[in-house]
Amino acid sequence: MDLATFLIQCLNAVQYGLLLFLVASGLTLIFGIMGVINLAHGSFYMIGAYMAFALSAPVASTFGGGFFSVLVVGVVLAVLLGYVLEWAFYSYLYEREHLQQVLMTYGLILVFEELRSLIVGDDVHGVPVPPLLSAALPLGEVMTYPVYRLFISGVCIALALGMYLVFTRTRLGMMIRAGSTNREMVQSLGVDISFLYRVVFAAGVALAALAGMVAAPVSSVYPGMGQSVLIICFVVVVIGGIGSIRGALVAALLIGFVDTFGKVLLPSAAGVLVYVLMALILLWRPDGLFKAG
Amino acid sequence: MNTTTASPGEVLLRGRGITRRWGGLVAVNDVSLELWRGAVHAVIGTNGAGKSTLINILSGEFPPSAGTVELLGQDITAWSQPRRARAGLGRSYQRNTIFPSFSVLENCRLAAQARTPRPWALWEPAARCGPSNEAAREAAARTGLADYLERPAGLLSHGQKRQLEIAMCLATAPQVLLLDEPLAGMGAEETERMLTLLAELKADHAILLVEHDMDAVFRVADRLTVMVNGAVIAHGTPDAVRSDEQVQAAYLGGH
Amino acid sequence: MSDKLHRPSAGQIGFVTAVFAALAAYPLVAGSYGLDLVAKIMIFAIFALSLELLVGGTGLVCFGHAAFFGIGAYAAVLLSPEYEAANLLWLLPASVGAAALYALAVGALSLRTKGVYFIMVTLAFAQMAYYVVHDTPLGGGTDGIYLNAKPAIRGVFELQGGVVMYGLAWAALLATFALLAVVSRSRFGRALAGIRVNEQRMRATGFATYPYKLAAFTLSGALAGLAGFLYAVKDGYVNPELMSWHLSGSVLIMVILGGIGHLRGALIGAFAYVLLQEFFKSEAVFGEFARHWHLGMGLVIILSVALLPRGLVGIPAQLAARLAGRASRRAEAQPGLKEQR
Repeated sequence: MDLATFLIQCLNAVQYGLLLFLVASGLTLIFGIMGVINLAHGSFYMIGAYMAFALSAPVASTFGGGFFSVLVVGVVLAVLLGYVLEWAFYSYLYEREHLQQVLMTYGLILVFEELRSLIVGDDVHGVPVPPLLSAALPLGEVMTYPVYRLFISGVCIALALGMYLVFTRTRLGMMIRAGSTNREMVQSLGVDISFLYRVVFAAGVALAALAGMVAAPVSSVYPGMGQSVLIICFVVVVIGGIGSIRGALVAALLIGFVDTFGKVLLPSAAGVLVYVLMALILLWRPDGLFKAG
Repeated sequence: MNTTTASPGEVLLRGRGITRRWGGLVAVNDVSLELWRGAVHAVIGTNGAGKSTLINILSGEFPPSAGTVELLGQDITAWSQPRRARAGLGRSYQRNTIFPSFSVLENCRLAAQARTPRPWALWEPAARCGPSNEAAREAAARTGLADYLERPAGLLSHGQKRQLEIAMCLATAPQVLLLDEPLAGMGAEETERMLTLLAELKADHAILLVEHDMDAVFRVADRLTVMVNGAVIAHGTPDAVRSDEQVQAAYLGGH
Repeated sequence: MSDKLHRPSAGQIGFVTAVFAALAAYPLVAGSYGLDLVAKIMIFAIFALSLELLVGGTGLVCFGHAAFFGIGAYAAVLLSPEYEAANLLWLLPASVGAAALYALAVGALSLRTKGVYFIMVTLAFAQMAYYVVHDTPLGGGTDGIYLNAKPAIRGVFELQGGVVMYGLAWAALLATFALLAVVSRSRFGRALAGIRVNEQRMRATGFATYPYKLAAFTLSGALAGLAGFLYAVKDGYVNPELMSWHLSGSVLIMVILGGIGHLRGALIGAFAYVLLQEFFKSEAVFGEFARHWHLGMGLVIILSVALLPRGLVGIPAQLAARLAGRASRRAEAQPGLKEQR
């Protein structure tokens, strides 16, 4: 492998890892703070991608916006969806056993998949890369690298930084962290814990949906995308440590590299490599790499 | 009830220099104690003094950062909890760990099963295992639950549940009993019953008692260890400890 | 696996006997479609029973059980010679053994984790098996592999005809049910029940809990492999979907739909689930909309978990309690509520 190819694969690995991180951070947040294991999280990723496809025409005709307007509208809709879902469904899951949470959210996946099938159909769609970002950076003599992929990485890094700042610098972040360890205490301080949970959940949904929207031009929009991302995210969360954002980042990047280079070097074993990695890490650290927080 | 100079019988459990650190925090600081047959050794202290950590280390739930634990002369510091239990170290918990949907007899029988030669036997019904049934009935009778063998444990009164907790301990025929706040949440009558039981049990067991009920402790204990912030600040007979100035200042508040 | 106080009631024994008798008599009245369907249900009932040993009997929520089912199925096909019938007496134990071996390996690693980690890890290991058959030439890829000749015992027994297959499935189900009934009352089974309720207490009493859990996990995987073997032999075809996590989810739903903690719950759950699926898929009822049958199943799953925490098995008890005007029994903790996170 020459240097340019190696560099390209590294950039791909980082981009894939960061995207996984975006989705997995929502999953680990929702579990770490509310104790809910949410199998339907992958569906939010899929919903985001389908929004990127389905909203481009209406947004263009309503106020002439392009890709970025679609992103904004999509995020707003995702937050609303998260808010309503938490109120109508997820808030009933907090006190239930994990088995029940697993099964009820599994049922939700089926419902989401069929609703999508009814509303938008089962076809595979492409989403065009916005013209602003469609250039390609030259790398060495012959190769180039798409600017859009760098944009994806950039968005993920920006959001990761944003999350870090919110958690460590704002009152909201402090309340969230406190609420995860001691619910009653936070409540007695006058914080409305239900509202807090709703906000966290909506944020988790928005993160996954945004990931889907941003990934759509690169990965295309197809029915099974939610489920394939979900299981990888589980591996990310298991390796990184449930409830740990930092762990999710490290694990996601690790998986990004193993998967990307695995596909190049050992194509037929690529699908399995990630799980082998997980098995090895669990042998060493049964609770994942990092503790919650 | 309480001899002031109980001569040490056989030392069954010995902890030497037990220390436990969690990161920067020292939960237990160089604690040594001995448990001998025929005596109740009470450990008292304020909340967070390290009593729970100490009892967890002795029973094997996690290892000490330093120090050793010896049972009947053998070094068991590296032994797992199940192994210690099979060797004769029984433990009761502060919160009930009984099985609520099993009957009293089934609770004790399952506990006794651990000592049978093949506790993993696949074919014979557990209900027909002679040795475990016998041990279970004996344990239940000793703790005053002989009339309640068929009752679901979840339907017992709180005091009876605490008695069952002890019965499950006894069903494994231990030599040493580590009891973590057995009197927790009990009324006066139930406390009486439990104290009588403890006085009976101490004849052939070595008992470690972690408790907050001071009256009970002074009635039944032969030795006392007082812990504050993980370290032992006093150790000796109840009278000696009661008159110790440090203890009075730190804990008893001039009893 | 029940922690009932007494032996099973006459009503419960009667119920199970009646079910097996009815199943034995069914071929007399059934057409070939019905025979095949009920044989499939019985095979899934074995699958569900194997999971009940883990979930209801030991308290281990495994979300990757399809892997063992699929390995039993694939082993049946891969270990058979290409054009002649394999020896059933050899092929069956070999397939079950293959599934048990994978269960031993997965269990040894997964049981080091607890709670949610365990659920996710078992799911991930099942995905690993899925990708091996999906992506590598070993498994024949998405096209699957055909079993060209069904196994037999030469000169004695051939699996020709739906009735013979049905009979084999019935016998296997009966044997599995009987085995698990004996195990649940044995010392091993009671130890598992104790581990489910309070593992800490079991350790404090002197049980080294890891070997018990691993043994249960392996036995459970072996029985799932048996179900997979029968499925492959019945249809003569295997494909990666037999290892998909959707199947893992489905069998988990069968167990909870029927009722956790009761062997007959697994039976009832398998029947209820497959029949519900047939219902939602039937074009006679739903016409064109039948292709969206996942929607109906999804809603049924959500509602049944939410409203019937004790499963269908618990309905008579719930009704009785309602009629007597009492709240839920004090003896059992409210099902479904977490005691601590």
